[in-house]
Amino acid sequence: MARGELTARDPAMQPALTLLAGTRGDDKHDPSTLSILDVVWVLYQRVLRHDPADPRSEGRDRFLVSKGHGPIALYAVLADRGFFPAEELGHFLEFAGRLGGHPDRNLVPGIEASSGSLGHGFPMAVGVALALQLRGSDRRVFVLIGDGEANEGSVWETALLAGSLHLPGLTGILIDNHTSSRPLGDIAAKFRAFGWVATTIDGRDHLAIESALRAQDPTRPSMVVAEINP
Amino acid sequence: MIEPSMRAQMASTITELMDDDPRLVMVLCDISVGLFEAAARAHPGRVLSIGIMEQTAVSLAAGLALEGLVPVVHSIAPFIVERPFEQIKDDFCYQRLGGNFVSIGASYDYASDGMTHQAPGDVPILSTLPGMEVVVPGTPAEFDALFREAYADGAPTYFRTSAQANRDSRPVRFGRLDVVRTGTEATVVAVGPMLDRVIKACTGHDVSIAYCTTVRPFDAVGLRSLVGARRAPVLLVEPYYAGTGISDVVTALAPMAVRVEAIGVPRRVLSNYGTADEHDAALGLTAPGIRARLESLLAEPRA
Repeated sequence: MARGELTARDPAMQPALTLLAGTRGDDKHDPSTLSILDVVWVLYQRVLRHDPADPRSEGRDRFLVSKGHGPIALYAVLADRGFFPAEELGHFLEFAGRLGGHPDRNLVPGIEASSGSLGHGFPMAVGVALALQLRGSDRRVFVLIGDGEANEGSVWETALLAGSLHLPGLTGILIDNHTSSRPLGDIAAKFRAFGWVATTIDGRDHLAIESALRAQDPTRPSMVVAEINP
Repeated sequence: MIEPSMRAQMASTITELMDDDPRLVMVLCDISVGLFEAAARAHPGRVLSIGIMEQTAVSLAAGLALEGLVPVVHSIAPFIVERPFEQIKDDFCYQRLGGNFVSIGASYDYASDGMTHQAPGDVPILSTLPGMEVVVPGTPAEFDALFREAYADGAPTYFRTSAQANRDSRPVRFGRLDVVRTGTEATVVAVGPMLDRVIKACTGHDVSIAYCTTVRPFDAVGLRSLVGARRAPVLLVEPYYAGTGISDVVTALAPMAVRVEAIGVPRRVLSNYGTADEHDAALGLTAPGIRARLESLLAEPRA
């Protein structure tokens, strides 16, 4: 599917899709863009506490895009939410622009963590969750990883570590668009084996996404495996 | 009284600072866990003993820093520098986050464990990173002073502790060369635990000795001031791969044409076991070895 052929599963999503359809392509990461779009849009539209006027407000929930790939979907949603002017999307990947092929937290309002090299953002999110817990905050931490990214050893280090910690505020979202070179089998079962609460959903089903992202276990971190089928 | 080791000093300094600075969080990877038991009891949640996963340790620490905390990650040098090098680069340097990395083991304190536990390349590779600070104390007391000065300065800072130490501590300051003595024939820059042997090697020679405990940022102004306009040669004595800091010295002295040489660990595979002292002896990193290099340098005709 091309980006111009996207149809909104929710009428409210149309402005973000229009923004996305009008931006420069990134062939390398277009599959990533299309695979994370629904999850990211539902997260910002229905779940994540955020304030575009104060992107680093203490009261926000945190969302880290660990894999960093396909960020134009995230940029379109952030622009649609008002984090920065939509006109900036026209400068995607440009030398003087601030919207790069992987997001930079020091350049783009609303980006929590710079990413792009796989396997970094997931453990970073655990650090963020531990820091919030230390100061008694009930804000949640969402982190998006990819199935290809799940080839990295640090993903499984983090799965092992976080599964043994009291981190109810941490929710992972693993986008499974079947790009992993190695068969991953039942991903949710693997996370359960590490002590997480894990569920598998249709990554295009907005109600399922919302329901899964709203759910929290009282003691354990959660992993939502979002299946993206062609 | 027996002086504590730099490793023990690290634990006592950080434990003490944790009492006063609620931002300070220790991240351990199964190394030195016992040294932080008191801190863990006193500060629940601020001593994170996460297991043997150094890449995750560094990224996790970056997450702590994103929320305004001041993390300290600790392990043996190759495991805290070379294994998670990309995490230090991307998660700290590129994100412009402050944090601390305190290593033990230096170049070959764990000589008997073989090359996997040695890290003569730690300072060289960290020196490639923009914004990275590198501190090489020569005594436990110097670690204490330098850590207190730099740990919360907002930059990623590497503290390289060593089992080898100088006998006496100097009044060191972060980012400053300490002038031990002045002379006219040459300037010898001793890094961290190399100072005692450099002082011994220079006995009887009219040379300046500068003591360097902050490798990055290098005190270019201090060196330029010490060398002055004499154009006397400079010998850099480093406890890691030889020549690591040579570009800093040359850049500091430019445009003066000054002969600069470096002595340190040679860039070759070190497949011997034994002790650090035995490695030093084999590699010429002893007072006689340094003296021989100095005298050879002094014997060269000046341009």
